[in-house]
Amino acid sequence: MPFDEMLTADNLPRAPYKGYFNWHSEQKTSDLIKKSRDAENIFRKTGITFAVYGKEDASERLIPFDIVPRIISGSEWRKLAQGIEQRVMALNAFLDDIYHKQEIIKAGRVPRALIEKNDAFLPEMIGMRPPGGVYTHIIGTDIVRTGEDQFYVLEDNARTPSGVSYMLENRETMMQMFPELFHLNKVRPVENYPKLLRQSLAAVAPPGCDGRPRIAVLTPGIFNSAFYEHAYLADQMGVELVEGSDLRVMDGKVVMRTTQGYQAIDVLYRRVDDDFLDPLSFRPDSALGVPGIMDVYRAGNITIANAPGTGIADDKAIYSYMPEIVEFYTGRKPILENVPTYRCSEPDTLKYVLENLPELVVKEVHGSGGYGMLVGPAASKRECKEFAEKLKARPGNYIAQPTLSLSTVPILTKKGLAPRHLDLRPFVLVSDKIQIIPGGLTRVALKEGSLVVNSSQGGGTKDTWVLED
Amino acid sequence: MLGRTANGLFWMFRYIERAENTARLIDAGLRMSLTRMHGHEEEWESVLRSSGVFSAYCENYPEVTSSDAINYLLRDRSNPSSIVCAIEAARNNGRMVRTALTREAWEATNECYLDIKSQLARKPSNADLPAIIDNIKQRTGLIRGAFHGTMLRNEQYNFCRIGTFIERADNTARILDVKYYVLLPAAFQVGSSLDNVQWESILRSVSAHRSYGWVYDDDYKPANIADFLILNGRMPRSLAYCYDKINANLSYLEREYGKGAACHETAKATLGMLREREIQAIMDTGLHEFLQGFISQNSRVAAEISEAYRFYQD
Repeated sequence: MPFDEMLTADNLPRAPYKGYFNWHSEQKTSDLIKKSRDAENIFRKTGITFAVYGKEDASERLIPFDIVPRIISGSEWRKLAQGIEQRVMALNAFLDDIYHKQEIIKAGRVPRALIEKNDAFLPEMIGMRPPGGVYTHIIGTDIVRTGEDQFYVLEDNARTPSGVSYMLENRETMMQMFPELFHLNKVRPVENYPKLLRQSLAAVAPPGCDGRPRIAVLTPGIFNSAFYEHAYLADQMGVELVEGSDLRVMDGKVVMRTTQGYQAIDVLYRRVDDDFLDPLSFRPDSALGVPGIMDVYRAGNITIANAPGTGIADDKAIYSYMPEIVEFYTGRKPILENVPTYRCSEPDTLKYVLENLPELVVKEVHGSGGYGMLVGPAASKRECKEFAEKLKARPGNYIAQPTLSLSTVPILTKKGLAPRHLDLRPFVLVSDKIQIIPGGLTRVALKEGSLVVNSSQGGGTKDTWVLED
Repeated sequence: MLGRTANGLFWMFRYIERAENTARLIDAGLRMSLTRMHGHEEEWESVLRSSGVFSAYCENYPEVTSSDAINYLLRDRSNPSSIVCAIEAARNNGRMVRTALTREAWEATNECYLDIKSQLARKPSNADLPAIIDNIKQRTGLIRGAFHGTMLRNEQYNFCRIGTFIERADNTARILDVKYYVLLPAAFQVGSSLDNVQWESILRSVSAHRSYGWVYDDDYKPANIADFLILNGRMPRSLAYCYDKINANLSYLEREYGKGAACHETAKATLGMLREREIQAIMDTGLHEFLQGFISQNSRVAAEISEAYRFYQD
């Protein structure tokens, strides 16, 4: 039986859920179902949608929202927060090292080829130290739980993690619909995230920036799956939402085209991938970026958040080295564990993976969003066989992990509460300090027994509560 | 504010105005087909012409029928000015400039889009048409109401208003131009019931058949109709009214930014001309030529605005 975060084997609520459970027991399921529909209408009306790639007709969809909150006690959170902070420090130190002295390679802890032959490693960043020495300003660490004290880091999203707008809107919606729950439970606030983000970005403005730093959010445009979030964050921070076509390089600065002429930007929170950032340095066909922005960056006249080249730190091939990386830079054992990971590039390991496919989860090293992965236990024999061929053709492109028995929290169904697997993505801001917002995005598989929580694969979300205790 | 944002606001409101005007044109067309015993397809041709889509329509359909014309104007995806496309374009522009809109203005736009899209997902029956047309007018009215009630009177507001009135002036001028000949004195028709129906249809296309009676005497007179829609400063869809508003909003931008541009001059000259002209002089020198001149002048103002405020990359 997977670990359920709400109910023990005797069907009694675990400590953090007592307040909620008692309240829930007094509600009629039909009333709650009606509230769920109200919540959906709020989301639809507000336009909180995401685009599903490859589906022409339903190009905009709502992410299903489940009204049963995911609750984490204060003491559980403290341990998580310490572990995340340690990991985030290590990621930044690792990035600084591999783009400078490369001591971790010299010490033989990470193979040189793995770094230098990796697409996510940007030679343009060698010798470049971003303002404030910060590489990953915004991180979303994916965490899964398998037991009372078993937490694992599944992924470090150090490029352009998304989902924070759902964390904020989910909370807003819950507070609108169930104000009484927030009297019954002491839930730590998350709504100051945009303000913290703004402060955090301002704190790493280029040293030459005088006065109040001018910040902008760079979006690929309205057809991007996370456009809603880009607009939402710009709006909440009170900064411009820009597209590549609004920007150009002029007199050594990145400037945006306004109704009154060109205005310089000091900090660019970009939600455009490295490849598309600068057609002069990376993909020449990119229309989403700014030609010449990398020169401005190297001259120290703009802060790009996250820094280009941070993808090397959350690469799935690097992931398996994270315990060594954390220890190398912090001098301590990792507080949060890694999921055991098989590197298919190693022949013996590949053999093991091929023999045990039905028990494993196999992921593409560069994939995201749940695309291109195999969940062994849920796959048919034929799917496993087809996947094995891909594996044999390009073993270096894959890693494999045991199928974890992810924890569950109930969702509301027509028949009442029913347990579903979930994960957690807390959001971390790095400037001159590290701030972890108490909460995050809980993604939940809506299908019974399913372990895939990605919204692009039919997953939903929950409001995530961290209790003050 | 970004030049692209100004452009997005401008077009968002142009498209909302366009959707509403198209709804009015369909309304007037429906009314005509009820009051005329024969030859109402002719009416749909002039509706298509007023909407500026007649030649595009002819590429898609072999002949003008009321059913095809209504479908083309309401929901044909190949017609970028159809109500479905115009509302979608307004909403996409609104989404792009979401940060410049109030929550109320955005939600009214988004709900308008969701509602109209689902209502027009299938071809509506004739019996449903009046309710659908009403709904479109109501929904666009709600957007306007939310916009007026909540938006700060700043540059964002000005670009929205300028878009609205550029589009409206263009629409009114086109409606008149398509029918200019029915306003010309032609001895064999004057005073016939046919004229009355035609004149009423012009007024209906701009929802002015009632207010006309309040301003002028009850009888339709061509010169009065033209005066009402071109020069009357109290008629909210007249060219003079639109240019009064365009100038007011441009002046605000001039004060706010501390400088004017070519568009200010052109808009001022256009308003001056509308204030000075007498309707009889316009009729005498040629209504059609006058309207053609106005339409191109209006496009010139729009182009000069987009240049002055950097709507596009250079």
